[in-house]
Amino acid sequence: MMDILALGTSLDTYLLIAALLFGIGCYGLMQHQTFIGMLISAELILAGASLNFMAFNHFLTPDPTVGQIITLFVMAIAAAEAAIVLSIILAVYRNYKSIDSEDVMDLQG
Amino acid sequence: MTSIASVEGLSGLLFLCFAGITLAGGLIAVSARRLIRSVAGLALCSLGVAGLYYYLNSPFVALMQILIYVGAVCVTMVFAIMLAEPSEIKRVTRRNVLAGPLAFLVSGLLVWGLAGLSLKTRWFSEMYLDNWGKVSDVGRSLLTTYSLSFELISLVLVVAVLGSLVLARAGRNG
Repeated sequence: MMDILALGTSLDTYLLIAALLFGIGCYGLMQHQTFIGMLISAELILAGASLNFMAFNHFLTPDPTVGQIITLFVMAIAAAEAAIVLSIILAVYRNYKSIDSEDVMDLQG
Repeated sequence: MTSIASVEGLSGLLFLCFAGITLAGGLIAVSARRLIRSVAGLALCSLGVAGLYYYLNSPFVALMQILIYVGAVCVTMVFAIMLAEPSEIKRVTRRNVLAGPLAFLVSGLLVWGLAGLSLKTRWFSEMYLDNWGKVSDVGRSLLTTYSLSFELISLVLVVAVLGSLVLARAGRNG
């Protein structure tokens, strides 16, 4: 029988959690109708990718600072992205009075 | 079998809690009807991910995860929702009926492929040094090996802050 309490010491657990987070984020990105919901799902995708980096960093690399630094950079990029997207959302809301992605259709896409 | 009364058993139980919090938070974030609950789910998910980072031997990144995601990103999103969310519940119907099931299918296939790949591959580690990866090592590499990326990322942050200020300001009178 598998030792369920020792799951935190195997690489596969982390990779599985990261894959699930990535999939949940992708589902939300396709399924959400509002721009803020899409942004939240994108953050989930980035969290899954960062978790992958950290898992490989802990279990496989000879230099365990690389993954931490990449994760810190991903966090900084995610924060910048969130700031830009939220101000774009506010600008869109001011013009269209809606944050629903199906209402913003000037180009008939 | 690890006994639950031992230190390893308790830490394993805590790990399972963090993994469950992460996945539950993600599911709440994508499935909630109201946006404010999605943001709460994202905060929960970030807390769980920070716990997982702690188990991966990097408490500094775990702290940063909580500080940046829960403390900054989620709070900014809450402000944007308060400024922009229409008060009524969003409409249920969409233009394309197939969008929901197709999204589920595609993301399920993605998860299946990624999980299968990562479980089937035989990973091998070059060498395993338990004492590396401390905060001092991270700081040293940030200021030596990765100093150019470090400067560039601060430039990106400055440009992003200025750009978001300009974007949010444009179109407002006075």
